Amino acid sequence: MGAVTTTQKGSSSGGGAMAMMALWGLLALFAIYMGAEAVDTPFAIHMFIMALAAILALIYKARSYGQPAPDTSGYMDNVVRYGAIATVFWGIVGFLVGLVIALQLAYPAWNPNLEWFNFGRLRPLHTSAVVFAFGGNALICTSFYVVQRTNRTRLALGNLAWFVFWGYQLFIVLAATGYLLGVTEGREYAEPEWYVDLWLTIVWVAYFLVFFGTLLQRKESHIYVANWFYLSFIVTIAMLHIVNNLSIPVSFFGSKSYSLFSGVQDALTQWWYGHNAVGFFLTAGFLGMMYYFIPKRANRPVYSYRLSIVHFWSLIFLYIWAGPHHLHYTALPDWAQTLGMVFSVMLWMPSWGGMINGLMTLSGAWDKLRTDPVLRMMVISVAFYGMSTFEGPMMSIKSVNSLSHYTDWTIGHVHSGALGWVGMISMGCMYHLIPRLWGRKEVYSLRLVSWHVWLATLGIVVYASAMWVSGIMQGLMWREYDANGFLAYSFVETVEAMHPYYVIRAFGGGLFLLGGLIMVYNIYRTIKGAQPATQPVGMVSAAA
Amino acid sequence: MATNIEKDEVSGTPTTGHVWDGIKELNNPLPRWWLYTFYGCIAFALVYTVLYPAWPLPGGATPGILGWSSRGQFQQQMEAAATAQKGTVDQILKLSVNDILKDPKLLAFAQAGGAAAFKVNCVPCHGSGAAGGHGYPNLNDDDWLWGGSPDAIYTTLKHGIRYADDPDTRESQMPNFGIDGILTPDQIDQVANYVMTLSGEQADAGKAAAGKDIFAQNCAACHGDDGKGNREFGAPNLTDKLWLYGGTLADVKAQVTKPHMGVMPAWAKRLDDATIKELAIYVHSLGGGEAPVTQ
Repeated sequence: MGAVTTTQKGSSSGGGAMAMMALWGLLALFAIYMGAEAVDTPFAIHMFIMALAAILALIYKARSYGQPAPDTSGYMDNVVRYGAIATVFWGIVGFLVGLVIALQLAYPAWNPNLEWFNFGRLRPLHTSAVVFAFGGNALICTSFYVVQRTNRTRLALGNLAWFVFWGYQLFIVLAATGYLLGVTEGREYAEPEWYVDLWLTIVWVAYFLVFFGTLLQRKESHIYVANWFYLSFIVTIAMLHIVNNLSIPVSFFGSKSYSLFSGVQDALTQWWYGHNAVGFFLTAGFLGMMYYFIPKRANRPVYSYRLSIVHFWSLIFLYIWAGPHHLHYTALPDWAQTLGMVFSVMLWMPSWGGMINGLMTLSGAWDKLRTDPVLRMMVISVAFYGMSTFEGPMMSIKSVNSLSHYTDWTIGHVHSGALGWVGMISMGCMYHLIPRLWGRKEVYSLRLVSWHVWLATLGIVVYASAMWVSGIMQGLMWREYDANGFLAYSFVETVEAMHPYYVIRAFGGGLFLLGGLIMVYNIYRTIKGAQPATQPVGMVSAAA
Repeated sequence: MATNIEKDEVSGTPTTGHVWDGIKELNNPLPRWWLYTFYGCIAFALVYTVLYPAWPLPGGATPGILGWSSRGQFQQQMEAAATAQKGTVDQILKLSVNDILKDPKLLAFAQAGGAAAFKVNCVPCHGSGAAGGHGYPNLNDDDWLWGGSPDAIYTTLKHGIRYADDPDTRESQMPNFGIDGILTPDQIDQVANYVMTLSGEQADAGKAAAGKDIFAQNCAACHGDDGKGNREFGAPNLTDKLWLYGGTLADVKAQVTKPHMGVMPAWAKRLDDATIKELAIYVHSLGGGEAPVTQ
């Protein structure tokens, strides 16, 4: 590849900078105009938030005008630092809102008499905060870190990576405030309305350009496996996002739109999206993270190159067809349900390929689990990944699904994946990444990391087992007939029966949040550079 | 780009020769158990798609050699459930509610069926314990507005109360004594005080005395001279301390001024006759049921 290491698109003076300032100014004026013409209040609020963001960008550009161009010879790590802090911040927000809604389910009186904060509006806030804000920032920031190092080149296209970071935060703020204001498309995990979708599309294309551009100017002849996963995640999410959000706004000055699809086609499009949000956002992307940080942390070679190739291609080929298993026993034609199920069953081994490569990479380094809680966290996350990717195909089998569907079993499954796999691998990576980004030798206190690992693990086990019991109980109660052939329980009786498990679930979530708060303290002290107050629990691997 | 293939000293496995930021890869083969399980899953998938509806083709998807469909399965299960109950349900359809009560086997069946139907259809208003609530009668006590015999309950269920779409519905209307100006606010105050005394509640003796005449002229036609009510009109008993819309003086005054009049759907529009009979028997069995009226 070429020897170009830097690009100068982001120079802080000259015609380029002037054009950028003009662009931000025009965007601000456009947003103010849209806000002034708005036909509903939430749209007006959102347009003024957009205008404010554009004005801030303009001010930033103007202040740096004429300043000497920043040094662009090394890796571009400042955007990764911001991403790491955003990951931790949004993680805590997501966990906290999750705990609140868990309590609202256990104790309905916790739904205040204010529409902004009842369960219906907080629930998408929780899911989006965890998946897109916490998970998304973790993916963007680690992908920027990994793609530079494994290709030995700086991020492409100058300051576009900064636009990706800040543009993505703006998307999060618009989505989150929209939920509280009642703006929703009513599509699970794709709730933001048309104008927020358009903004995310722009940001995502910029993300793709930065990532792909960096790959193009790589100084390694081969592309490392982590980057395959990151790239497949970026490309597929773009496709899923655009297709699932095709909709027609009622007014270009209003927040409401209607989907281009209707009926069962709409449902299928939504779950094609929904399942692949799991597949490509929460699986492929985080496998990319795993493929860099576990070998790095364990200081061992990846177990099998061939396995990584075969499981990568089989995973991305099979995952995209598995969505219909969310619509078993619905109006979806039987043939589509069958295909959704068998593709899910075939996904089992491709998913486990990642687990094998993650765990077997530790062969020869298993002793490090005793001494390095960060590695322990990553390994536990891979174990949860293996567990949920077995559970998923099992739940897609129609006879299992007829019991599990619409019950809390699904919630338990999602959380063993989200808390166990996505949460633990992300936080493990942050523990590894943040000391290195800030030039520290190691995280402030490994003892606190150890506490975090066990609190989080215990929290997930409590959470998931409570949901398994309550979900299976709920499913069995729904289908329970008495000796005369009459239904034995009404719906509300199943809700009553689940109350104790809802309380246990909230307790498990509380433990997970507590672990997260310990992480915040630990990372704060790491960045501040304080020496550990206690001795590390053991020797640290000489990674990196 | 390093291409020197070396041996990993821990496992003795050769690497692929690539290095990225210090990360190497071992050249291990695919684990056999992994590969064969993957093949097994693919084989399962192929067999399954032959057995069940699967491959979309022009003119429709392959139906699968088992001939299974989810609609077919649903229909089969519903038919099996209906067949299992058919003999008993036919008897229930044929017999009157009073006759069903005499057959212990039918009675047990009807109570179970009624309990199941109650949970789905009645609980939203009458509560899961049938204890009612403000505006919705308690079905456990013996205070019946329209009658507590099995037949009366059956009729109420079937035709509903003040349900506009059923010509045979239970019908009655209490006048708007206050808002239509039939009584003055003072008179309403007096008659309400009198009503309070009927069930021994505290009241202003002077006003109550004045209210007695007003009651006789305006209320007794439906509620009876003694205030014990009349099931012909669904007129509640005012002497038993059981209040549908509250028992404070203010509640009574409000009810006289602008009466609430509850509505219950005619369940014949939504449920089959056997289920309505089962519901009547279940409600009758809740504790306040009265003996069948003999001809």
